[in-house]
Amino acid sequence: MIFAEGEAVRVRSLEKSGHVRTPSYVRGKTGRISRLLGGFKNPEDLAYGEYDRPEKELYRVAFRQSDLWRNYEGGPDDTLVIDIYEHWLEKA
Amino acid sequence: MSENGHDHPHPGSGTGKTTTPHALRIRAMEGLLVEKGVLTEAEIQDRISYMDSRSPANGAKLVARAWTDEGFKDRLLTDTKSAALELGIDASGPVEFIVVENTPEIRNLIVCTLCSCYPRAILGRPPDWYKSFEYRSRAVKEPRAVMREFGFEPSENVEVRVHDSTADIRYMVLPMRPEGTEGMGEEELEGLVSRDSLVGVAVPKNSANHE
Repeated sequence: MIFAEGEAVRVRSLEKSGHVRTPSYVRGKTGRISRLLGGFKNPEDLAYGEYDRPEKELYRVAFRQSDLWRNYEGGPDDTLVIDIYEHWLEKA
Repeated sequence: MSENGHDHPHPGSGTGKTTTPHALRIRAMEGLLVEKGVLTEAEIQDRISYMDSRSPANGAKLVARAWTDEGFKDRLLTDTKSAALELGIDASGPVEFIVVENTPEIRNLIVCTLCSCYPRAILGRPPDWYKSFEYRSRAVKEPRAVMREFGFEPSENVEVRVHDSTADIRYMVLPMRPEGTEGMGEEELEGLVSRDSLVGVAVPKNSANHE
């Protein structure tokens, strides 16, 4: 799936183990695509020697901190931006 | 038989006195990789020399040039690798770089919650605190408290923007040029840029104003 800059996305809560690069604190959370980074090999494949698998689109996804943490200390404008591969994202 | 359990010395083992379980495991893996022909000792040594040749001084150079040359700043923000190369800093390699700019409205902070991703090809090895569980967990959740502990928390109306580098991009902060440094040359400005300010936990200070 290809997402556009500014689009609202939710991070999927996939039950994957191994060399997963999507930390649990953003799973299930909704943010916005802030930048398209292009295609990269998926570390979930590379870590196990699967070098020939197709590239995944990588996105910068921006969240409001108050959407990530209960009782976040700080301004309402504080944000967190994180790099997420396409298969972890769905339309929100 | 030498102390590493093989018949050959290991590169980079220096004093040979490192005996923590992690160090022993790394030595054993290193030995196996060489024995099996995956890597050569020369390649390992080259990599160590490469890493030793990187330092936060590279970051300070980039920042000082960006402060004094608007065109360079634009290139640093849009194509970090080639901007670095202009100053003789070779950051080529598989990972990409993004430089994020502090402004009066935005203060950036870099962390890698999953491990210790860091712009090593420019700044060298990360400090131990950057790799600590405490920093990695707190920087995303309470960045303002972390900044406060390092010495400077921005006001409420400044956006604190945390960058969690989880994938193929490495991040570095372009801090703001401190006030009162208008007369300073590039070299003097470099001296104001600390490693911590390139990670975003601190901001450069004009020492003339603060002593």
